[in-house]
Amino acid sequence: MAEITTEKEKKEPIIEFGKTERKLIADPLNDNNPITVQVLGICSALAVTSLVYPSVVMSVAVIFVLGFSSLFTSLLRSYIPKQVRMIVQLVIIASLVTVVELTLKSVNYPIYKQLSVYIGLIITNCIVMGRLEAFAMANKPWRSFLDGIGNGLGYGAILIAVGTIREVFGKGSLFAGSPIELKIIGPSTDYWIDTVNNGWFSWYANNNLMVLPAAAMFIIGILIWIQRSYNTKLVDVS
Amino acid sequence: MQSTNYIIGFIIALTAIVAVALTGLREATKTKAALNEEIFDKRAVLSAVEDYLPEGKQVGDLSDQEVVETFNQQVEQKVLNMEGKVVPGMDAEDIVMAKERKLPEPQRKLPLYIYNQDGNKFYIIAVRGNGLWDEIWGFIALESDLNTIAGASFDHQGETPGLGAEIKDNPGFAEQFQGKKIFENGNYVSVKVMKGGAKDEEHQVDGISGATVTCDGVTEMLQRGIEYYLPYFNTIRQQGMLVQ
Repeated sequence: MAEITTEKEKKEPIIEFGKTERKLIADPLNDNNPITVQVLGICSALAVTSLVYPSVVMSVAVIFVLGFSSLFTSLLRSYIPKQVRMIVQLVIIASLVTVVELTLKSVNYPIYKQLSVYIGLIITNCIVMGRLEAFAMANKPWRSFLDGIGNGLGYGAILIAVGTIREVFGKGSLFAGSPIELKIIGPSTDYWIDTVNNGWFSWYANNNLMVLPAAAMFIIGILIWIQRSYNTKLVDVS
Repeated sequence: MQSTNYIIGFIIALTAIVAVALTGLREATKTKAALNEEIFDKRAVLSAVEDYLPEGKQVGDLSDQEVVETFNQQVEQKVLNMEGKVVPGMDAEDIVMAKERKLPEPQRKLPLYIYNQDGNKFYIIAVRGNGLWDEIWGFIALESDLNTIAGASFDHQGETPGLGAEIKDNPGFAEQFQGKKIFENGNYVSVKVMKGGAKDEEHQVDGISGATVTCDGVTEMLQRGIEYYLPYFNTIRQQGMLVQ
């Protein structure tokens, strides 16, 4: 019996994209979202989402770290001594985060300055270590990689959603600080909707609450509410 | 359960591989990162004289190359000691304000950037102080009368977004400093950030609601930071009088 399974394993292609793999990507986007369902990684979700552009950069960084730390952990999983597995996982995560940090520093220094400590804090993001412990230590490399990417995407989707709401209503712009900055609503002719000269919007002012970290908590709370109202299987019946 | 030797061997091998890989990456990106940091700092200095940049440009519009060129052609760098004497052989950019702040006051050195544009001289000084959570700093440009503020730029380490961080994020805050005077009838008074709005047009600017501690930090930083440069300013004034 054991021989048959090993033979079957050998025939399996290393990279495939079947139903299980698609589920690994799709699940964290909704049913098992790391932020709205597992409520992990909240710290950075509150801190970096006042603008969309840093949220996007942060999401890409987390997707990269999650994907590759899962891949490497899974590749090493049968060699990692069980007694020190968490230290080994941390070494892998920390080195990947350092790679992100060094790359950002030489590619886009202003955004590196803006995200400051939060890039380094990816090391302590519970989503990363959670996925390594829960999935990568027990699964094959390709699936672990997909699981990491999927969870990173789930995290990023919420980050970007929150960032968009906060920036549009808090600053009246989108992608501020990036080359494709859009000025949407504000008190000058640079904006699409000019609140000074457009009579319809003369009452409008940016909501300063949106810029504060507390706003991210309200928005994430509302997102969780919306998600659970149509996805009823997530609701605890107790 | 693996043997202790295996565990030690595994950890040593893993850290060795990681260390080599990261050192390699760091070495490969070091020059570019240092250059980026230098340009970032130069932009911060230039944003204090944003209204006087060549061709009416803003700091954000300048390419990295233009920033370096403007700096090389129009900015003169000096380092002063606390008695207001020029320290020879040093560039203002060599001074790390965060380190200077840790020294006892008499030993500190002060960076000074003199920006020349269309025959006008602007004296850009560096100030650094404490905000609510961490350090705040900025550059203040003074016109050649050494009294009128031509512009200011601020930055911070960890002020609250939407509150204290507005000293940097809201360009309107720094703009208020333009045209303010640091002397009143020949006495040094600095410029104050006032909770509840400025009452004295010449020496006060409006504070930010909800960010009183950061604003008081700015006031304190300016009061002390500008004062450090006064001995040097007195020297140039006296020299100026001799020439006249």
